[in-house]
Amino acid sequence: MAPVVPVVRVQPGDFDMAGEVEALTAGRTDIGAVVTFLGMCRDEEGRLSALELEHYPGMAEGEISRVAHEALARWPLQGLTVIHRYGRIAPGENIVLVACASTHRRAAFEAADFLMDYLKSRAPFWKKEFGVDGREGEWVEARESDERAAERWQR
Amino acid sequence: MRLIYFAWVRERIGKTQEDVDLPAEVKTVADLLSWLRTRGEQYEHALQHPDVIRVAIDQEHVDHRERLEGAREIALFPPMTGG
Repeated sequence: MAPVVPVVRVQPGDFDMAGEVEALTAGRTDIGAVVTFLGMCRDEEGRLSALELEHYPGMAEGEISRVAHEALARWPLQGLTVIHRYGRIAPGENIVLVACASTHRRAAFEAADFLMDYLKSRAPFWKKEFGVDGREGEWVEARESDERAAERWQR
Repeated sequence: MRLIYFAWVRERIGKTQEDVDLPAEVKTVADLLSWLRTRGEQYEHALQHPDVIRVAIDQEHVDHRERLEGAREIALFPPMTGG
């Protein structure tokens, strides 16, 4: 079987989750499970008008690819797509997509979970808040719980 | 050597990037952070808690003990908040 090449994209524009899943499974008859994770921008109880996502061009793609290849090495996946947006993103809009295809559900669930935990702690993106008055707010602080979540995959 | 800054490190230093010639005694990431703090108030403000500063050399994560020799691009940034 040919090695799986993960699809990794870092882009300002939106993505279409259904279209990405279709691309992942097109022409395949060996995939039994696709798990998707869609991360969206929330308004923090009406407080925010947008998030501005800064990223490190080059390293963002590189780090996501490294994490994707780690997932491929750990779980039997038939396909893997990770898309992360940057720039100004409004509440209700998409930020990140992880889609994992496998023969059985367990590998797909676990790989998606792993990918998100690792992206949170290793992919060079930073979120700045913008208030409903349009004013620039604070940088979102990294959460200790995200760091812990990534550590549980270490072996 | 090129230094690149992101997020609040960039804002506090007031620069996106800069090219610097490092003194010979600056050998590790930790040395670099200490040396930068001597370059002015903005640097001191950005790097006053060096433990929280994350560093990448040539676009790969490194810890503060990493040696700088051979590095082309060193990035300094806060803990990441993507996903």
